[in-house]
Amino acid sequence: MTTPTKRDKPWLMRTYSGHSSAKASNELYRTNLSKGQTGLSVAFDLPTQTGYDSDHPLARGEVGKVGVPIGHIGDMETLFDQIPLGQMNTSMTINATAAWLLALYVAAAERQGASPAQLQGTTQNDILKEYLSRGTYIFPPAPSVRLITDIIAYTVKHIPKWNPTNICSYHLQEAGATPTQELAYALSTSIAILDAVRDSGQIGADDFEQVAGRISFFVNAGIRFIEECCKMRAFTQLWDKLTRERYEVQSEEMRRFRYGVQVNSLGLTEAQPENNVQRIVLEMLGITLSKNSRARALQLPAWNEALGLPRPWDQQWALRMQQVLAFETDLLEYGDIFDGSPVIAAKVKALVDGAEQEMARVQEQGGMVQAIESGYVKRQLVSSHTERMRAIERGDLKIVGLNCYKETEVSPLTGGVDSGIMKVDPRAEREQIERLNAFRAKRNSTEVKAALANLAETARSGANIMPASILCAHAGVTTGEWSQTLRDIFGEYRAPTGIDIPANDDTRSAKVVTIRSQVTQAGIELGRPLRLLIGKPGLDGHSNGAEQIAVKGRDVGFEIVYEGIRLTPEQIAKAALEEGVHLIGLSVLSGSHIEMVEDVFNQLDKVGLKGLPVVIGGIIPESDAQLLKDRGIAAVYTPKDIDMNGIMVDILNLIRKANDLKPVDPA
Amino acid sequence: MSRMALPDPAVLASAVSGRDRLALATALNLLDDRRPAARQCAAEFLDLLPAEKLDADGHLIGITGPPGAGKSSLTAALIQVWRQRGLKVAILAVDPSSPISGGALLGDRLRMHASGADREVFIRSLACRGEFGGLSAEVWPMSLAMLAAFDIVLVETVGVGQKEIDVSKMTDTTCFVAQPASGDSIQFLKAGIMEVPHVIVVNKEDIGMAARKTLSDLRNTLGRRTDADGWQAPALSASAALGSGIEALADALDAHRNWLLERGQFTARRQRCQAEWLVKHLREEFGRYGIHRLGGEDALFATLMGQPRRRSPIAEYEALRARVMQ
Ligand code: B12
Ligand SMILES: Nc1nc2c(ncn2[C@@H]2O[C@H](COP(=O)(O)OP(=O)(O)OP(=O)(O)O)[C@@H](O)[C@H]2O)c(=O)[nH]1
Ligand SMILES: [Mg+2]
Repeated sequence: MTTPTKRDKPWLMRTYSGHSSAKASNELYRTNLSKGQTGLSVAFDLPTQTGYDSDHPLARGEVGKVGVPIGHIGDMETLFDQIPLGQMNTSMTINATAAWLLALYVAAAERQGASPAQLQGTTQNDILKEYLSRGTYIFPPAPSVRLITDIIAYTVKHIPKWNPTNICSYHLQEAGATPTQELAYALSTSIAILDAVRDSGQIGADDFEQVAGRISFFVNAGIRFIEECCKMRAFTQLWDKLTRERYEVQSEEMRRFRYGVQVNSLGLTEAQPENNVQRIVLEMLGITLSKNSRARALQLPAWNEALGLPRPWDQQWALRMQQVLAFETDLLEYGDIFDGSPVIAAKVKALVDGAEQEMARVQEQGGMVQAIESGYVKRQLVSSHTERMRAIERGDLKIVGLNCYKETEVSPLTGGVDSGIMKVDPRAEREQIERLNAFRAKRNSTEVKAALANLAETARSGANIMPASILCAHAGVTTGEWSQTLRDIFGEYRAPTGIDIPANDDTRSAKVVTIRSQVTQAGIELGRPLRLLIGKPGLDGHSNGAEQIAVKGRDVGFEIVYEGIRLTPEQIAKAALEEGVHLIGLSVLSGSHIEMVEDVFNQLDKVGLKGLPVVIGGIIPESDAQLLKDRGIAAVYTPKDIDMNGIMVDILNLIRKANDLKPVDPA
Repeated sequence: MSRMALPDPAVLASAVSGRDRLALATALNLLDDRRPAARQCAAEFLDLLPAEKLDADGHLIGITGPPGAGKSSLTAALIQVWRQRGLKVAILAVDPSSPISGGALLGDRLRMHASGADREVFIRSLACRGEFGGLSAEVWPMSLAMLAAFDIVLVETVGVGQKEIDVSKMTDTTCFVAQPASGDSIQFLKAGIMEVPHVIVVNKEDIGMAARKTLSDLRNTLGRRTDADGWQAPALSASAALGSGIEALADALDAHRNWLLERGQFTARRQRCQAEWLVKHLREEFGRYGIHRLGGEDALFATLMGQPRRRSPIAEYEALRARVMQ
């Protein structure tokens, strides 16, 4: 080929990143941009996402781990040092504290000399899915919806190029959702939010089209890439219809379905991790092949997703995958290659119909907020995920290297001194706290007090939260102070766990029946039914594993105590004592397992439960597994342990051993 | 903790009365333990608990109502109010067992989570493990152990059908939580199928109309009706979500307790609770046949109420059991 063909402009290429400190992350961003990345995607650490300062007791072990800690305007300025915010397109994965981080961003931009009207980017700001999957919610649903609304109303007026909310179906698939559920729940969320904006009175009827036009989506793309391509076409149709019919949006432009993607990570494996590269590439096809429903922005996970955090080299590899597709292949030279295909049309129709039925069910219950509060949606997700897990266990859902074709040569990728993952310097937390203290010492405390009083007044009055937040940002308020002020007024919330689902068919399988009788028998020998406490210590919101263990535990006959995410080690020890459990199972995926285990053991000693068996599951590098065992952990499980029945027998035997009973044979 | 090591009942009883949390947890485990040696130990332990606390002190409250009415959420809100009043609170939360696996998800605790790390709040969940009218057979003995250490003991039942309020037979005061816009409980009350609880509360008043309508229907239905003892049940309105009406609810529960005390019925009621538990438990284990062997229900109650309450319900139960099996 010699004649240059006209090519479409490629999508925005991003890498979701941030770690240790604003300074370290700034360096990383600048390197990434020099490699041809076209936008930034900021990962914040969990304390920042849940509204705690780095020195809060709940932040212990989490500072700078899974993202960058941003405690105040100083951090925000450092994060974007030498990156002109007036020209950058920045996506921020931030939800409960989105109003605050946007305020810091605006203030930092102002200090760089850029005006709000110039700013381009996205705040994720979909707090509803936090209750269902992502876990970094703070307030009850009503004030959360108000915060989302305030950001939308503010940006539409003052930062017109900003995407104020990215309604997420991505995280729903990561929590087990089927394509139909993804469509239905994301669109039901958009209804809840658009209704709230309309009813808030902050936007005149004339400007409502603008609001609809600014709503964007953040979608998942799984390994069944034909179906995923159809899902995107279904999304486009459903959104067009919804905005036209329910909100009477006239302009076609404003009804366009705009979305960014992160491809599926739930299906990326710890076993033979190199295979994840193929998966990621195929998943990328699903959302790029069809021009009419092509993603606007794309970020890819790395091959070592299930091992731990990616290193710069791993992220570079993921970025290069996008670049090869966009610049080497002929993908961008054609119109839509699926238009007119009856096979695709039929699949799209099936998805549209299924989604509309489920959306109607949600509306019957009073809408998405009510269906979340009642636990309905979460139960649907946990049920779907349970089906998926059982299918993997049975071998019906094939995952190469995990439940079939398991034989492998030794991988050279995971060798190396760092075992193939990024390790955050443990000094990062201490240094961040030192910087925070220095910042606090330098600011004008009268100004801070006044700004916080003004924030509280605004929160109570119902006026838009953004102007007061921007004042706080300039005054030197910290993330913890902004959040605590609102916590005091809005209150805090715990979302339904969704584990109260009916037993599924597998519960009658011979294996499960055998284990159940062994569990019952041990209960008789020990005098009372066996009880497990499933605990999620720290700020980690990854609940899938804990939920699946809880449901499975119930199905094999254990009595299960599970109180959801984000407990302190003290609360876990208290519950273990009060509930008289036989074993504690911790689940930690955030990387803070060493600190959490240490603290849980200390608390158990304090309440007098020394010696109670404790196991742990999650993302635990092999080298840490031994450390945990040395500290007293009885067993460690990681994503490659998919034999849930086997895990249950293990747990049973650990309880038997702790009580001087002989072990039973595996079923 | 070896499987054979049983606690010394006297040491345990004095530690529980001294409000030692680990001791209370151990006691509750013991009361759950069905092995013969443990039952023996449990019986002795209960005998050694301070009689005055078990017979004449504290407040044992039952909270019941249909699934999802907000029993746990209201309990959480009540805990806050009681704690502000300086009262120490223990909860027994009964959850359903899975009919298929026998396992259970003990979910009430999550809704009561607000109590966080407060050491003056103690929550034990129980699976109902089959039928017992939305309770669990262990509830009564466990309530006694908790009464020895806490000011208020609250039992939350499984969200049962709307007419069974068995918990009212095993507590000083029963609170029924009505679900707005569900007329069933009103129908059952009208038809006299459901016993009148001591306090009725319509939760979720934050949703507006439906809650107000349910409240006024309930008030009409109740009229000036009193229960067998002459107590007239108030119907209240509250919202666990907003925290409204909770003080009034706590006051109403307390008013019933005072009423029992003023009329000198308090101790008799506790005695009656134990008798009810014994008979119900016997009926569970032996059916009508067992009750018949003991002379029929009326005679059995007459004997049980006629004698001073034997402190240990387990010892008493074993004695009756032996008579049935003679
Ligand atoms: C799904 C997922 C999510 C979902 C979580 C949905 C949910 N409600 O759980 C979403 C999209 C919301 C999410 C978000 C984030 N994630 Co994430 N996520 C994953 C992913 C892809 C899979 C985890 C999973 O659910 N697996 C399925 C379950 C069933 O497996 P599992 O938990 O491992 O459980 C198995 C065993 O470990 C064991 N087990 C687990 N717990 C227990 C407990 C007991 C008692 C027992 C016996 C066994 C046991 O048994 C299970 C059966 O096999 C992993 C990477 C990967 N592929 O593993 C990243 C991963 C865990 N996430 C990561 C990160 C950083 C995040 C974020 C913090 C990013 C950010 N900066 O915002 C956010 C925020 C989340 C939060 N609030 O904490 C990192 C953690 C890095 C680290 N540890 O060093 C990972 C490893 C990805 C990566 N490489 O960067 N994530
Ligand atoms: N709107 C509103 N919802 C409430 C209120 N109280 C509880 N709820 C909601 O009602 C649902 C059930 O609350 P729970 O407290 O678990 O009810 P329960 O009666 O203990 O339920 P079970 O123990 O499962 O029978 C939850 O989704 C609560 O959030 C209230 O005052 N107002
Ligand atoms: Mg409950």
